[in-house]
Amino acid sequence: MANPLMVIENLHKKFDKMEVLKGVDLTINTSDVVSIIGSSGSGKTTLLRCVNLLEEFHEGRILIDGEEIGYTKKNDKRHRLSSSILAQHRALTGMVFQTFNLFPHLTALKNVTLGLRKVKRMKKEEAIETARHWLNRVGLLNWQDHHPGQLSGGQQQRVAIARAIAMNPKLMLFDEVTSALDPELVNEVLSVIKDLADDGMTMLLVTHEMHFAYDVSTTVIFMNEGKIGEQGPPSELFQNPKSQRLAEFIKNSTF
Amino acid sequence: MTVAISALAIALGTILGVFVGLALLYAWLPVRIIVRIYVDFIRGTPVFVLVLASFYILSIIGIQLNAFQAGVLAITLFCSTHVGEMVRGALAAIHRGQTEAAMAIGLTFRQIFLYVLMPQALRQILPTWVNAATEMVKASTLLSIIGVTELLLATQQIISRNFLSLEFYFLAGFIYFAIDFSIERLGRYVERKVAYS
Repeated sequence: MANPLMVIENLHKKFDKMEVLKGVDLTINTSDVVSIIGSSGSGKTTLLRCVNLLEEFHEGRILIDGEEIGYTKKNDKRHRLSSSILAQHRALTGMVFQTFNLFPHLTALKNVTLGLRKVKRMKKEEAIETARHWLNRVGLLNWQDHHPGQLSGGQQQRVAIARAIAMNPKLMLFDEVTSALDPELVNEVLSVIKDLADDGMTMLLVTHEMHFAYDVSTTVIFMNEGKIGEQGPPSELFQNPKSQRLAEFIKNSTF
Repeated sequence: MTVAISALAIALGTILGVFVGLALLYAWLPVRIIVRIYVDFIRGTPVFVLVLASFYILSIIGIQLNAFQAGVLAITLFCSTHVGEMVRGALAAIHRGQTEAAMAIGLTFRQIFLYVLMPQALRQILPTWVNAATEMVKASTLLSIIGVTELLLATQQIISRNFLSLEFYFLAGFIYFAIDFSIERLGRYVERKVAYS
């Protein structure tokens, strides 16, 4: 079997004295779709933010394609890398946020081209072409000249997905991307994600949409109190939960 | 003279102010404290005192500025603290998610500032900046005390010769109005230019 795309080893994260992640180990292979479920405060989002290096972590390693990201060891001491290298490492993964976080002063098209031009150093025409390709994939080519304020929540989130994926990341991270949306807008975003998953994009997503997690995932992870409680294919996890905690969580979730 | 001094001081004060604002937010803590003291000190001092200080006190410690330079210096410093606070406030008001989204696509700190934060902050700053700029023009009247022949002093000199006080004060008032009105129009114009629907 090929080398795993991403390996997380013994990840620990503290906020002051509160330990949020207490040793997480996780391996993701290319084209895996891994959903993280669990009650709030279990560390799901924090785990995702650590992978995108938006949070510092205090122990453990994250490797993408065999290369450690974010930190280096010098004389047995752990150092966070310089901000320019962190920026390069962050570009290995694409992140989509709960609150979209589109740049309000830029059009949909320019939201997507900014990273292509400044990080990927693409020529203007190439960047525009790439951006238009992805806006088309999320069904928003006709909206390319609109500003985020003129778009619905679902449309904004689709632009945010295009912005992240246009950078050609190895792994896409989705952080509760439908939680801030009106119920009738959830599906248009989920179907875009499903479409990308069917295309073989590797994904790690935090979600409260159990039905979606069941449908789309190759692996589901149940986080409980800063650790991976259970892990397995969705059918196994949802139908035969091993722990009392997961059984309760599933019982209380809406499908 | 009024236009020259005001324009120069506003331009220099704005540039300096952007750095002051950045330092207030992002600088290494000791630097931040020093800049904070600078801002509070200058802002807490009447412009009148600043004018006198840059003309008389600096000459005591051996820096001899002429009246024009001293005047520009005083107003520049005053302007920089106001602009600095505006920049700090506008940047701080931008949602943290903007920086995170920009970081997530791999932009460096400098790029985030240039392409994501500053364009948004600018829209916040512009209306207050126009306000501050017009204040600076009005503050330039105080330079008459150190002998800069700005608009007000020039007017008084003319009046002392022809005693047409009503006419010339009215004219001076009109010129101040014209200058400030132009700044305001310019601000509105730029505001419209950078506005997003």
